Amino acid sequence: MGAQLRVYKRRIRSVSATKKITKAMEMIAASRVVKAQRKVAASTPYATELTRAVTAVATGSNTKHPLTTEAENPTRAAVLLLTSDRGLAGAFNSNAIKAAERLTERLEAEGKEVDSYIVGRRGVAHYNFRERKIAESFTGFTDDPSYADAKKVAAPLIEAIETETAEGGVDELHIVYTEFVSMMTQTAIEARLLPLSLDEVAEEAKPEKGEILPLFDFEPSAEDVLDALLPRYVESRIYNALLQSAASKHAATRRAMKSATDNAGELIETLTRLANQARQAEITQEISEIVGGASALADATAGSDR
Amino acid sequence: MAAELHVALVAADREVWSGQATLVVARTTSGDIGVMPGHQPLLGVLESGPVTIRTSDGGTVVAAVHGGFISFADDKLSLLAEVAELSDEIDVQRVERELERAKAEDDAEAERRADVRLRAATAAR
Repeated sequence: MGAQLRVYKRRIRSVSATKKITKAMEMIAASRVVKAQRKVAASTPYATELTRAVTAVATGSNTKHPLTTEAENPTRAAVLLLTSDRGLAGAFNSNAIKAAERLTERLEAEGKEVDSYIVGRRGVAHYNFRERKIAESFTGFTDDPSYADAKKVAAPLIEAIETETAEGGVDELHIVYTEFVSMMTQTAIEARLLPLSLDEVAEEAKPEKGEILPLFDFEPSAEDVLDALLPRYVESRIYNALLQSAASKHAATRRAMKSATDNAGELIETLTRLANQARQAEITQEISEIVGGASALADATAGSDR
Repeated sequence: MAAELHVALVAADREVWSGQATLVVARTTSGDIGVMPGHQPLLGVLESGPVTIRTSDGGTVVAAVHGGFISFADDKLSLLAEVAELSDEIDVQRVERELERAKAEDDAEAERRADVRLRAATAAR
């Protein structure tokens, strides 16, 4: 076998091995998307009921709460960025990071100081490499987040928002995550969690037009209910964002691995053609060498006869 | 037909139980409260403790609820909890072991959780 042909054969073998790996990763991601979607669906009843309750308190009472009133002069904001622990997901992480950077820039242009809270090793690595300050980071659960993880993430954020701004607290809480629109589309979006704009919540929670929310009796009091309700609301929103981000990550991985598999297939095809060509060229050369050798021999013997 | 209320017991990551009931007893921060059909709209903060639901077919469902909210309007009652378990999902022996361990380790939080579970499991009997 010629040297050229051997090189092609070797490359075909290595690309086939890679293709097998990417194919397996694609299938794993596909099964995980379904699981993650199911988790998103399972968490929906709680989120809807909670939103309803928040709306009920907000519309049914005149309670003023630090978490629902906007600071007159907001000077500090917290941004929570959700990325994944592992890469191989196409532009998933860089899209989320870019969205967070745009948001940070905008907030800074408005004269606010920004504290970055980051979930996922990818985001942490990105910020560390650029030597940006991270207020707090959380890693190790992005593939399959549980409610306890959401609570862990929410705790320092709630604490920061409840602290006075002068003492290192924040006035606003923003979240950047990747929304799972469909298997093919995931978009990085930003949302302001706190202070809660109640109109928005009311808009979201209204299932049918014209439904009037009943006048609730609060137990023990509207303030206490709101006090207990809002942290849960934040946790539930973060939980939902974590789940969506996980589903999006798996969908992005699936897509990236699918195109990697397709590319590997194409590469194998091209390499096989080249290898065939090389083999054919080798054979042609051998034949012409034999023919040339034979005719040279014939010429030589014909010459000695004379 | 006797009036009924629709109950949904929802935990953060799943719907634990839902169905028709005639009476729901839960513990709010200001004391035990029983809700029957036609009750005035209510929104309250729940304490950790057992919640008893008397279903319309005469059965009783008991669940351990770890903090959360009760909200009632239009004969629809929702119990929201971060963590909620039905009493028949609770493994008494395991919880007893947990309780002992929590006591030994002086972990007040875990002790309270185990205690709530245990109370729910015994209340169902």
